[in-house]
Order: sequence, then C-alpha cells, then structure tokens
Amino acid sequence: MTAAQQALLAARPDLVAIARWVASGARVLDLGCGDGALLKYLWQAKQAPGYGVEIDAAHVVECVRNDVNVLQMNLEDGLATFGDRSFDCVILSETLQAIHHTEQLMRDMLRVGREAIVSFPNFGYWPARLQVAFGHMPVSQELPYQWYDTPNVHLCTLQDFEDFCRRLGFRILERVALDRGRSVGLLPNLLGSLAVYRLGHGLTP
Amino acid sequence: MNAPQLPPGSVGLVEAKKAAFADPLQLTSGAVLPQFEIAYETYGKLNAARSNAVLVCHALNASHHVAGSYADDPANIGWWDNLVGPGKPLDTNRFFVVGNNYIGSCFGSTGPASPNPATGKPWGADFPVVTVEDWVAAQARLADRLGIERFAALIGGSLGAMQALQWTLSFPQRVRHAVVIAATPRLSAQNIAFNEVARQAIMTDPDFHGGHYYDHGVVPRRGLRIARMIGHITYLSDDAMMEKFGRVLRGKSGPGFGFDIDFEIESYLRHQGDKFASYFDANTYLRITKALDYYDPAAEFGGDLAAALARARAAFLVISFTSDWRFASARSREIVKALLEARRIVSYIEVNATQGHDAFLMDDARYHGALRAYFENIAL
Repeated sequence: MTAAQQALLAARPDLVAIARWVASGARVLDLGCGDGALLKYLWQAKQAPGYGVEIDAAHVVECVRNDVNVLQMNLEDGLATFGDRSFDCVILSETLQAIHHTEQLMRDMLRVGREAIVSFPNFGYWPARLQVAFGHMPVSQELPYQWYDTPNVHLCTLQDFEDFCRRLGFRILERVALDRGRSVGLLPNLLGSLAVYRLGHGLTP
Repeated sequence: MNAPQLPPGSVGLVEAKKAAFADPLQLTSGAVLPQFEIAYETYGKLNAARSNAVLVCHALNASHHVAGSYADDPANIGWWDNLVGPGKPLDTNRFFVVGNNYIGSCFGSTGPASPNPATGKPWGADFPVVTVEDWVAAQARLADRLGIERFAALIGGSLGAMQALQWTLSFPQRVRHAVVIAATPRLSAQNIAFNEVARQAIMTDPDFHGGHYYDHGVVPRRGLRIARMIGHITYLSDDAMMEKFGRVLRGKSGPGFGFDIDFEIESYLRHQGDKFASYFDANTYLRITKALDYYDPAAEFGGDLAAALARARAAFLVISFTSDWRFASARSREIVKALLEARRIVSYIEVNATQGHDAFLMDDARYHGALRAYFENIAL
C-alpha cells in the first residue's frame, strides 16, 4: 500500500470496510465521489473499474487529475443516466445524510447496482445523545457542523436506517459500526460513530 | 526584422500548409470528389513513437488556424490559441497538434469556390454536399500523409465535436481519446429549423444565382448577413446577451421611431453579419448546415445511440455548458448515457457558464483545468 493510500484509509475509516466488500474486478459506481480517492484506490488495489458521480466542479477536476472516470451530475436528479443492474456495486459514502430525495436515491441505487454500500454518521452515538440530553444539537468529528450551517438534512441512527431498509425491501448483507476507526461489536447503535452497510435485494429474513 | 511580440505560451509564428490528394474520395451522398486538398497547420513535434498526435476539428466558421499567428498577418491569432500552446492545457511541448480545415470550407481546403477540374471554373452549386463522415474520411487521408497511425486524441467543439465523435466510429482503432465539447448526437427539429432559415436567407438573395454567383462577379451578401445574424443569436445565451447589450440604445437618448439602429444589439448583429459576409462563402454555409442537419450516427441503428457508439474504442471526455441552449447539456448527457450503456469509458463535465454555446471557446479556469488534467493523463 502506498503512503497516499494509507493516509486515505486512516482519514476515512469507512473506506476500509467499503474496500473490503468490493470484489476484485467489480464495476463500481461511487455517488458523491469527491476527488475520486476511493475509486482510485479500488482501481489500484482491486482492479475494480469505477465511475464517480460528483456535483462540485473543483472535485470533478480533481477526479480527472486522479485519472478517475467522473460524471458531473446532481444526485438529487436521480440515476436515470444509469441502466438497470449496470454496476456490481453502488457506493454512497458519508453522503446519505445530505441527500434530500433519500428514498428515490436509495431505490435507484439498488436498481442500478447488484449491491449497494452506504455509510453515514450515527446520530445515536452516545456523545450525540448526551449533547442532546444536555440541550444541544450534537457537534462532533463525524458531525462537525453547527445546526445553522449544516448541509445535513437527513440524520438517522442505525435502528432508523435498518427500519428504512426493511420498508424499502432491501436485505442487509453486512453491517459494521466504527468508533475511531475500530469496529464496535457491542451496542453498535450507542457505541458506533460511523455505520457502514452492505445492502442487496430482498428483505432481511 | 524582429518577430512580433507574442504572448507567453504562444506557439509563435505558424505556417498554413496544404496536402493534395489525387485519389478520388467517395462521398456519403454517392458523389465522388475526384481530387482534393486539405489545408492544415501543425504545432509541436511528432514524437518518434508517433503516439502524441492530437487532431483539432473546427466548428462552423473557424479553420485550420488553431493557434499562433502569421508573419505576414500578426493580428490573425488562431481560434483556439487560449487552449493550444507550450504549457497550455493542450501542451505543444508534449503533443503534436494538427489543425485542419474540412473539405467544402472556404479557408483553403477544396470547396465550392475551388476550381472544378472538369470545367476549370469554380465548382459553385456543383460542389457536392459533404457530411461529417466525409470530413472524417478526408482527415484520415491527411493523417496517413502525416504518418499518424493512431491519434492520442481527437478534440472539437460543436460541429468539431461531431467530427471527434465520428472519428471514434469511422476509425475506432485510430483514436485513443475523444474530447467531445458542446456537442449533440443529432440536431433537434429546432436546430434544423434555424439552419433552414439561414439557408433560405442565402438562397433567396437575388445575388445567389442558384449558387453560381462567382460567374456573375457577385456574392449573396444580404443572405449571408442574415444567416450569420440568426446563427449568432443561437450561439449566445439570453443572459449573456442581456448582460452584454441590455436594452442600451446606440448613440441616442430615446427611440428613433424609425428602422435605423436603435439598440446596441442591433448594431452588434449587423456588424457581425457584415464581417461574416465579407469573408465567408455562401455555398460553404449551405453545405455546412446540411452536414449538421444530416449528422445522426444512431440512424443506422434504428435510433439506438448506444448500439451506434458500441464500436468506439476510445475513452471519452464529454463537456457541456449550462447556458448552451443550441446544444443543451441534456444532449451531451444523451451521449454520456449511450456510452455508459455501451460500456465505454467516459467522463462528463457540465461547466457552469453564462456565455451559451460559444462558451467552449472561452478561457475558464475549471473548463481548461479539466482539459489540462485530462491531457496530462494521456500516456505517450
């Protein structure tokens, strides 16, 4: 692993889990791909050819510089550009909470992809609960914004997300809750600051 | 004699060249062009592996003069000089850039004003209608002549983008990258309608003489003027026009209650029309607009663009501009969607720009930044 790859995975612990779940050679679509670092990593480490979707113009240029295939589009417009089952894996990493049309996008992800991977900050993380209990909106490393300037519009807990998946008819294939980069086994909805899910078609039994 | 001062990053003084081809060119229409010449310019050096060639294709009224200027005409700077040069996004220190003038044009390549070998007189109305596919076939002959088996990249905007796209279909093995800017996979009815109004303006000019106006020593100047004025409206956005001209009156404080120029925009359009009519050939204008109208690579696949693009082997960079209503971003997204469906490699950039269709000629940091990054990643 190169130094750049190590730095990336250290800064974004959810990407370690995501990278582990992406099969070698899989066709990957990364929604809200930023500068394309994950796709670049997946290509180098897994020979997984990918596409990124990104709306920010500066990030798009970074993607081109990183030699990552990028499509400048707004996720809120849906994924109509992409055909049914045209990707093995559709990734939405730390972007879910900022999406307005959450249900439409989630349904589209599993229309376009055989599987989906979603990561998001857990609003049920105990320090967040504590801050609310003491009368404040949570501000943390995962949720670094004040209530008045946050891009986040749809925050949820692990339980909320799992209820939502059930309602959409998605199967939860795997789940990892992380705290400071380490996997949390016990009471994930309380002790995990970041959640990563691998989803497939069909209800979780 | 001192060379004129050229800005840093200029390719400097350049020379237009011509390549003559004696073998007939079979055209899409069924007609045959018995012989032809292509005007071209080159910037930078073809490397030993011949792997660094980039072909620049031009739109309606541009030419092979892409960058630099001429010793005997220093004010005549190439139309894409802001993109092409040493250290510029399309860096001539790395790439061997070829500008070419398509056949049927009036800037040096064989066209309606060229002599018809059968008569010795200008072709005029007898010059065949050429298509984007024909241009690409002729450009391939130029590539052969220059010893270029495979281009590192094809690049063009608008009608130039259609040529870049067609190259990937006519000669899939000869194109590694295609940069397709402000494009459409086919004209809309509205696009064709604008072209038809322009053609009617030219053909109903009493000086048109059925296209044989050269014999009469006249040019259908009035028709060309109007054609250009119509075209110009479609190249600019409503916002850009309002920003540039608004409702400002020209040299008067109130309406003239007559039909002389009142508004700045009228003055601008008349000026653009006059300028264009002084150098552009009417027969060329008719043919170029027809080439635009006819272009539709999906047609032979029952309208299935993905099926049409499946034979491409190039990687694509598709770029559109938000205020372009002539070839709107939605048209570029059609190309992107079809390329994805055909499992081709593509990146797509939608540049936030107010200038309309002509935005592809501007020097915008994000737009040029993306082009620079893309070209830097092309391995030679």
